[in-house]
Amino acid sequence: MSLLLKLLTQRIALGLLLLFLVSILIFAGTIILPGDVAQSILGQSATPEALANMRRDLGLNEPPVQRYFNWLGGLLQGDLGTALTSGKDIAESIGKRLGNTLFLAFWAAIISVPLAILLGLIAVRYRERWPDKLISAVTLASISVPEFLIAYVAIFVVSVRLRWAPSVTTINDSMSLGEKLHTISIPIAVLTLVVLAHMMRMTRAAILNVMQSAYIETAELKGLRMFTIIWKHALPNSVAPVINVVMLNMAYLVVGVVVIEVVFTYPGMGQYLVDHVSKRDIPVVQACGLIFAAVYIGLNMVADIVSIIANPRLRHPK
Amino acid sequence: MNEELKFLSRQAALGTISRRKFLGRAGALGVSAAAASTMLAGAVHAAGPQKGGTLRIGLQGGSTTDSLDPATAANTTSVNLIRMWGEPLVELTDDGGLQGKVAESFEASADATTWTFTIRKGITFSNGQEVTAADAAATLDRHAGEESKSGALGLLRDIKNVSTNGRDVIIELNNGNADLPYLMSDYHLIIQPNGGKDAPDAAIGTGPYIMKDVDMGVRFVAEKNPNYWGDIGHAETIEMLVINDNTARVAALQSGQVDIIDRVPPRTAGLVARAPGVTVSSTAGPGHYVFIAHVNTAPFDNPDLMMALKYGINRQEMVDKILFGYGSVGNDSPINAAYPMYEEMEQREYDPEKAAEYFKKSGHEGPVLLRTSDNSFPGAPDAAALFQQSLKAAGIELEIKREPNDGYWSEVWNNKPFCTSYWGGRSTQDQMFTTAYLSTADWNDTRYSSESFDKLLIAARAELDQDKRKKMYADMGMMVRNESGLICPMFNDFVDAHTDKIGGWVEGVAGFSLMNGYAAQRMWVTG
Repeated sequence: MSLLLKLLTQRIALGLLLLFLVSILIFAGTIILPGDVAQSILGQSATPEALANMRRDLGLNEPPVQRYFNWLGGLLQGDLGTALTSGKDIAESIGKRLGNTLFLAFWAAIISVPLAILLGLIAVRYRERWPDKLISAVTLASISVPEFLIAYVAIFVVSVRLRWAPSVTTINDSMSLGEKLHTISIPIAVLTLVVLAHMMRMTRAAILNVMQSAYIETAELKGLRMFTIIWKHALPNSVAPVINVVMLNMAYLVVGVVVIEVVFTYPGMGQYLVDHVSKRDIPVVQACGLIFAAVYIGLNMVADIVSIIANPRLRHPK
Repeated sequence: MNEELKFLSRQAALGTISRRKFLGRAGALGVSAAAASTMLAGAVHAAGPQKGGTLRIGLQGGSTTDSLDPATAANTTSVNLIRMWGEPLVELTDDGGLQGKVAESFEASADATTWTFTIRKGITFSNGQEVTAADAAATLDRHAGEESKSGALGLLRDIKNVSTNGRDVIIELNNGNADLPYLMSDYHLIIQPNGGKDAPDAAIGTGPYIMKDVDMGVRFVAEKNPNYWGDIGHAETIEMLVINDNTARVAALQSGQVDIIDRVPPRTAGLVARAPGVTVSSTAGPGHYVFIAHVNTAPFDNPDLMMALKYGINRQEMVDKILFGYGSVGNDSPINAAYPMYEEMEQREYDPEKAAEYFKKSGHEGPVLLRTSDNSFPGAPDAAALFQQSLKAAGIELEIKREPNDGYWSEVWNNKPFCTSYWGGRSTQDQMFTTAYLSTADWNDTRYSSESFDKLLIAARAELDQDKRKKMYADMGMMVRNESGLICPMFNDFVDAHTDKIGGWVEGVAGFSLMNGYAAQRMWVTG
């Protein structure tokens, strides 16, 4: 067990190092971008005096390296700083947006992950027969179509024609949980369609791989029902690759849904990040980037750990 | 039109029978749905404003990075938002004249160097505080101060001194300016308690609404200010949603989640208008899309080459294919009929032969480089390609360089010698010329420099004889048309749309889109 603990510590330390490197990369990236913050904030209506005043107030005259270390120092004390553009506390604004993003991702995951695994099991059970082919065809088609197109079609049919659910999914605190879920029902459906195929295909492939094993044959000879074999014997042994894909898709649901957020006007992190990138608000971009990176690294770490626990062989690397 | 139908439409307008019922009955009487809708809209208007209800508006342009401080407002969402809670001293009337808002009246000295604005008696800010002349003076001081980051700073440069006397604010200028009240209608110059020096983004002003819920770049809720002095602000609550995606904004209107939207894409405006219960309105304004060349930089310092380019552009084709008819042809001058002292001048037409002739005379060889980007104006790269084709017919080669949207306004516009851009226009000729064609202007994006033009501009400012002034502006327009680096193929209309759940839309209001940003306050929920 101490070996497992050592492995975990190693993973976490590696994750933190990665985060640090990511912060440098993001900072360098924002410096390379053309234009500067003051100009972007004031837009076309910037006069030279106004620009100079704005630059001085925002501390843009200091060298970039110094700005970076000032920020890192604050971060280590739990202070994300204030946004250059609006002067608001970043932690506070991000907290709300991150909450919204996680809310959408959570409900999309709650629906899509069990559905994908169930469809994968069904596909294996009826391998090479029509249910398998139908499931593959539908999920592959939905992953091949760009997500904004699925979103627009869903808006047109469900919202404009049938008027079942809203296309503008701006949720706010005064809504009840039921109202919120109704509001975000179309984006949840679209996101489910987008992430379904990956997880379903991986479940199917991983289980099929295991189905060749001797112990499955034994189970068959014992006279167990096909579904029991898949559920009780095949799935637990193929959980590692499935968990990996599930985690990758969950990370995508948190960090990769900018397009969906824009199309559905959802007040999540993606839109928040894009707004601040276009205004060169470096502290906010960095904070968002770090959070996204942390989510990504964290979920991948969970996938690794689950794989290690699920597969005793990985616990004893040679 | 029979009496029954008239009666029914009035009933529907007053809400005694439902709209659906009215349309059904009208159908039974043999009236088409479109005609019935129009009739209903007329009746709604005649019935007068209805109070109460929630009016929902979907807007383009808002961003999470915006601030409630009017000094830094720079997009249409901010303008509409400011109009909710605050007011300037004066505001444009529907036909481009002026009306008092926080100021009840204003008058100039004979030479237009001293202006006196009298603050409206007994009006209060939404925090209950009475509005004083000192508040107005402090507002001007904040926007014009050396520390200012205000977008209105450039407008206020000529102010020498601001003082108060009772309810009067006295503004002294270095040079006479007959248009000063127009400058005071600028949306940045919202009168705030102590000029907003203490809390610039507190959203406390004299407007018809009070902000209740503010989520920048996402959603705003405003409630009727019970103490508002004026007669606008009919809905009890206004909900503003920022919907930046064009398709999403149109879908929100079509599915009834918002009652009014701005910036309907011209490409699809025709389709949107066909939906039942939706009215698309286009309003001519001073905004224009431009190709601008620096006339102090080779090869554009060659007047013959400039003339060749001006004759080599097909303006009507641009209006048809870029604006889809929602606009009018330009004439290489930034001024059109939207300006109070506009005088018509001879239209410059597309003439490839003349263009070829001037091009030959210029002695220029090789291609001309034009920079463009998607955000310089909607359809700019397509417009550049059209320009390339029309110049080709004159034997002139145009090379198009596509620039990234990111950083276009800081790296390309007003920086590189030839690019695409847009102007939102200003409320007066003086403002437009001063902003972009005076030789010393910061945004002289064509690098036009003419001593006689500058002199004329300063002289016209103090000229109180309207006829003389009109003539001067006509001369200036001609100078810009013939000598500057401005190639202006088209003036773009504002295209807005609303549903028949709200009434009170007024066609052709001067200023910005959405009835100069006052649509939400001036329209009402009909049921």
